[in-house]
Amino acid sequence: MLDIPLWKRISIWALCALGLWLALPNAFYTTVERHNDAVIEIEATGVTPELQADVDAWPSYMPNALVNLGLDLRGGVHLLAEVQVEDTYATRVDGMWTTVRNILREERATIGGVRQLDAAPGFLKLRIANVEAMPRALELLRTLAQPVQTLAGVGEMDLVFASDGDVISMTLSDAEKAAMDERTMVQTLEIVRRRVDEVGTREPTIQRQGTQRVLIQVPGLGSAEELKGLLGQTAKLEFRPVVRRTNDPAVAPGPGNEIMPSVDEPGQYYIVEKGAVVGGEDLVDAQPTTDQNGGQAVSFRFNISGAQKFGDYTADNIGSPFAIVLDGEVISAPTIQSHIAGGSGIITGRFSIEETIKLSALLRAGALPAELTFEEERTIGPELGQDSIEAGRIACIVAFAAVLIFMVLSYGTFGFFANIALVINVGLIFGLLSAIGATLTLPGIAGIVLTIGMAVDANVLIFERIREELKAKRGPARAIELGYEKALSAIIDANITTFLTAVILFVMGSGPVKGFAITLGLGIITSVFTAIFVTRLVVVIWFERKRPKEIEV
Amino acid sequence: MRLKLVPTETNFDFFSRGALSGGFSVLMMAASVALFFMMGLNFGIDFRGGTTFRTNADNAVVVADYREALAPLGLGDTSIVIVQDPLKPENNVTQIRIEAQDAAVASETTQNVLAALKAVDETVRFEAVESVGPKVSGELVQTAVLAVVAAIAAVLFYIWLRFEWQFALGAVAALVHDVVITIGAFALLQIKFDLAIIAALLTIVGYSLNDTVVVFDRVRENLRKYKTRALQEVLNLSINETLSRTVMTSVTTLIALISLFVLGGDVIRGFVFAMIMGVVIGTYSSVFVASAILNRLGVKRDWSKEAANRASGQYADIDA
Repeated sequence: MLDIPLWKRISIWALCALGLWLALPNAFYTTVERHNDAVIEIEATGVTPELQADVDAWPSYMPNALVNLGLDLRGGVHLLAEVQVEDTYATRVDGMWTTVRNILREERATIGGVRQLDAAPGFLKLRIANVEAMPRALELLRTLAQPVQTLAGVGEMDLVFASDGDVISMTLSDAEKAAMDERTMVQTLEIVRRRVDEVGTREPTIQRQGTQRVLIQVPGLGSAEELKGLLGQTAKLEFRPVVRRTNDPAVAPGPGNEIMPSVDEPGQYYIVEKGAVVGGEDLVDAQPTTDQNGGQAVSFRFNISGAQKFGDYTADNIGSPFAIVLDGEVISAPTIQSHIAGGSGIITGRFSIEETIKLSALLRAGALPAELTFEEERTIGPELGQDSIEAGRIACIVAFAAVLIFMVLSYGTFGFFANIALVINVGLIFGLLSAIGATLTLPGIAGIVLTIGMAVDANVLIFERIREELKAKRGPARAIELGYEKALSAIIDANITTFLTAVILFVMGSGPVKGFAITLGLGIITSVFTAIFVTRLVVVIWFERKRPKEIEV
Repeated sequence: MRLKLVPTETNFDFFSRGALSGGFSVLMMAASVALFFMMGLNFGIDFRGGTTFRTNADNAVVVADYREALAPLGLGDTSIVIVQDPLKPENNVTQIRIEAQDAAVASETTQNVLAALKAVDETVRFEAVESVGPKVSGELVQTAVLAVVAAIAAVLFYIWLRFEWQFALGAVAALVHDVVITIGAFALLQIKFDLAIIAALLTIVGYSLNDTVVVFDRVRENLRKYKTRALQEVLNLSINETLSRTVMTSVTTLIALISLFVLGGDVIRGFVFAMIMGVVIGTYSSVFVASAILNRLGVKRDWSKEAANRASGQYADIDA
């Protein structure tokens, strides 16, 4: 009647043991954390006696996965940045002017002269002299367009041309924009990762969210300023030809040019060409240094193609000035004295030492393809996090003890059995959380406390049923069996509905709320498991030993 | 000797004062809706955008001094509240909220606020700074509303699948009842309403259901057992039979929640408060709202052989 086959018994105990085994490292949190850190450190830098001691403090045959603590518990910075993907369209289109001009120039005889006109960002407009040659001009330009590589494989072209009288306007197709957004995001994630690494903190989380957002979480950072300083700058370095200098910021720069302020000389502006000679993407190294006068400077080195382009340009333009542009501002505009071969040089300006260190770090990490704006920022001090952990721990222990006592008072021996299951239940939750690498947040702790309260529900349902069956004058064994059998449908229905809400919370929630959904969901699974299998097994073992003629629940 | 919160045998009539409990529920819901529109909810920055600073200092805080210090910064609507915690009576901690500034998240503002407060009290430090831009807060509102609606819809569907549609309507009415009254309590007490509270509301949805489903499960069983008894009698019997369990589970959950409310720190106190409210109201509503509505709607009692077979077949599937 109350038979549970041996294999079932063994599997139940084995599952419990496995869960508790996985939960064990959390009981020695700091030791295991230092062990894990030391293992990583040794791999990176080699062994020192202190590191080896940290490693040896936790046996290597033991599991070492811990529950991650969320930012609200550990302290740190959470930033949600939006990538201004549209920025890249204008850069791309502006950069094509030279190619467009060259291809049309080859048939100057039929098309006539070509002039660039002012256009909205993301558009290139030009006027051709011979209107009759418009079809030929468009035909030539269409050879520039490439099919867009998309997953859907639809062969749409990347450029769209339109003509109106003698004016041609060129822009990017929607498919190309989508593909570029994708590339921009991938690039941005990579560069954000490299820059965050410069801060040198452990385990930062850098995640893409939605189509154009990046979530950055850096534990252990006390202030968001440093991080925002590092991420808030695009650090786009370019070398551009200078058209002329001016003092009037309102002057019309002319088509294909733009006006930029000077960093060091207030009131001084430069009109520079939109297309860059060389850009930051060709940089391979940047270091803080000093110039011949002892001023702070940043040295840089180009890769081969950058060095080639820079060399050719300087050779052709000796005597004319070029501008070193950083994020839309002219840092300096030296005159080219001679052909600069070898592709290295220094940038001078009125830098402080800190600025040169930061600038060279940013240049090394690479420019962001588009600007980041911050939509959400949360900084939690480590002190507050520690307080929350402490308060959560005490609340958990008190809740736990109170529920244990209450259960024994209400159900006697059976209450004690339910308590065994409850202890195993909490252990299993921690084991599962560690195993899947979930993050424990403050609402997550609330989820565990709630689970402690609700986990007994399934047992309560069963015990109440057994009481009813006993009242109906059934024998002990039969009452226990019927109690489990009849309570099952209520347990399943009640828990599935709660589980549904946990799933919805998980899908729709973010950050701490997600943490709550995880502990609530896992808690439901483990509490149903412990109630249906573990307490039942305990009750059966007890019954087999004692063979009571009468039971009181 | 056992601790018994509910006598072994109870025989309460839960419907004799149906008008009273029904009237009470309707009144509470109407009051909640009125409070919601009159006082509004004290939305946190998650939903309205803006920045909050949690400050801590070595000395007790005088709110007026802080207010005076921040006034010249021209931050617009500013609220300064001392964080009350019975375990920390020193009143050193405040929560300052400023409305959304022009830029999504401005660094200078943080520096300026800190500098202004340091002029009042040198020991002031920020324990937490949270800032949400208007774009994100709009989306958060949308997702939150969607989450609650999705949860209720999912539940409605599940119960309709497992029981009859009358049960589903009763359960969902109870849910809406619980959520509305909890929101009313938040409007009345002006407790900060943020993302975590939405999580709490959804948990209430889950808990209230849990309770309702247990009662309904017994109703379904008793309807099959006593085919000739009146529906109201069967409902009464079922509620009485499950009463001990309903009270036990509510009490254990409340024990856990109250310890968290008292000891868990002020950061999650609002969150826990919502859940405590939900457990109390959810227990009440599964008896007085869900079952009452089921009683009103009536259930198909004509358990012809075919229907019974189908029903027990369904039941057996789950048991297996």
